[in-house]
Amino acid sequence: MRAFDYVRPGDAQEAVRTVAGNPRARFLAGGTNLVDHLKLGVAAPEVLVDVSRLPMDRIEEYDDDHGAGLRIGTNVRNSDLAAHPSVRARFPVITRALVAGASGQLRHQATTGGNLLQRTRCVYFQDVTTPCNKRDPGSGCSAIGGYGRYNAILGTSEACVTTHPSDLAVALAAVDATVVVLGVEGERRVPLRELHRLPGHHPERDTVLDPADLVTAVEVPWSEAARCSTYRKVRDRASYAFALVSVGAALTVQDGVVDDIRIAWGGIAHKPWRAERAEALLRGRELTEESISAAVEEELVDAQTDEETAYKPAMLRRTTAWTLLALAEGRTR
Amino acid sequence: MDSRPTGYQPRMDADITLTVDGRSRDLTVDTRTTLLDALRERLGIVSPKKGCDHGQCGSCTVLLDGRRHLTCLALAVSFDGAEIVTSDGLADDGLHPVHEAFLEHDGYQCGYCTPGQVCSAVGVIDEAKQGHPSHVTDDLESDIALDDDEIRERMSGNLCRCGAYAGILAAVREAAQA
Repeated sequence: MRAFDYVRPGDAQEAVRTVAGNPRARFLAGGTNLVDHLKLGVAAPEVLVDVSRLPMDRIEEYDDDHGAGLRIGTNVRNSDLAAHPSVRARFPVITRALVAGASGQLRHQATTGGNLLQRTRCVYFQDVTTPCNKRDPGSGCSAIGGYGRYNAILGTSEACVTTHPSDLAVALAAVDATVVVLGVEGERRVPLRELHRLPGHHPERDTVLDPADLVTAVEVPWSEAARCSTYRKVRDRASYAFALVSVGAALTVQDGVVDDIRIAWGGIAHKPWRAERAEALLRGRELTEESISAAVEEELVDAQTDEETAYKPAMLRRTTAWTLLALAEGRTR
Repeated sequence: MDSRPTGYQPRMDADITLTVDGRSRDLTVDTRTTLLDALRERLGIVSPKKGCDHGQCGSCTVLLDGRRHLTCLALAVSFDGAEIVTSDGLADDGLHPVHEAFLEHDGYQCGYCTPGQVCSAVGVIDEAKQGHPSHVTDDLESDIALDDDEIRERMSGNLCRCGAYAGILAAVREAAQA
């Protein structure tokens, strides 16, 4: 591990100024991803700016110009967010996504903002002896033609085919969350669906944020659909593994047909994938295995698979159908 | 110290205080030191074990400020002031009920993962009492009964390469009912 300075800023503004003042400074929060990257040599900052003790650790209701809902401070730990009574009652998709990820220990450590900004688990990204455009721009992509079971099938580029690993991000995409960001120019709001980007020619950039942008909170608006929401994750083992595919969904049905529907997919793209085409096809329709399959097929028309990822479209179709049909029956598990 | 193209010279040492198993300890650490290395190499507290050192095995689990926590994916400097209880510390006044249950049910073979398993089990029992749901909980708003499925899921962050899972499961089940 390379040597670094450690500083603990007095407030969020000072944290942002510190990182803005040094291109080799990085924020440190729960550390579950970054500390591993320090060990692996994937990250080698000169300064770590520890934001984990800044008082951005509350979950509170908001009702203001931006609407009404739940504001989640960036330092709220994954376990506390999953267990919060309002989250369990009004956003089951968030609780279900969180408890489907990592382990009990890690969920006590990992923060809300850190979860969203975690880096890919692509084995080549984490192995500094192999080329990886995300870690070392221009060096090449080892995952193309390599170990690709976890690779993306939508929105890939010649530079990068990896997926975003966060379950929480998929859940938040499904309930139209907004990320509150503090930058050098002040505070701004970024819809979660626009936070993560597709790799294109710059896979080194996971999100639209600048390095000195600090996520301070996530706002989740109340909705009827969010009350009837859940998250289904398919893994290589029953627990403590990243998604092969996952589905976050929220639904209201009126008179037997879909009223409000949100479908977000994980494990298939460089960002949480909101299946808007599928949603549009299902709105006003009856939910059946057939109607859902047709909608998923339509969303996947541009999907690109290879031998390693050939299993994903069918798995996604079945998981989406299972999730929506369960929700329609009032089940979240 | 390593050299950098920028010529930047970090200050590397930090003074911290940790309370470990009831005893306050002052130490100066290189900022790169993990909590696990601070405990084991600097303070001689070897109850938490270094297994994978990447947050995948759970053998370094302790109770930190009352909750189960890995010490390998944690920089010691970031946890200045923390209160840590290791499996050793749980036995200050005789064995903890979770220790007793592990003995009773043979919840180990080589024993390397055991301190982490024990700390994790203590955390699991506490989290269930507080009603925290898990991946296998049917009703997110109900009380939690620690049945075998719940215990397996909640203990999934602690690996045992000897495969003593049947004994571990029985031990946690018994300790949870105590």
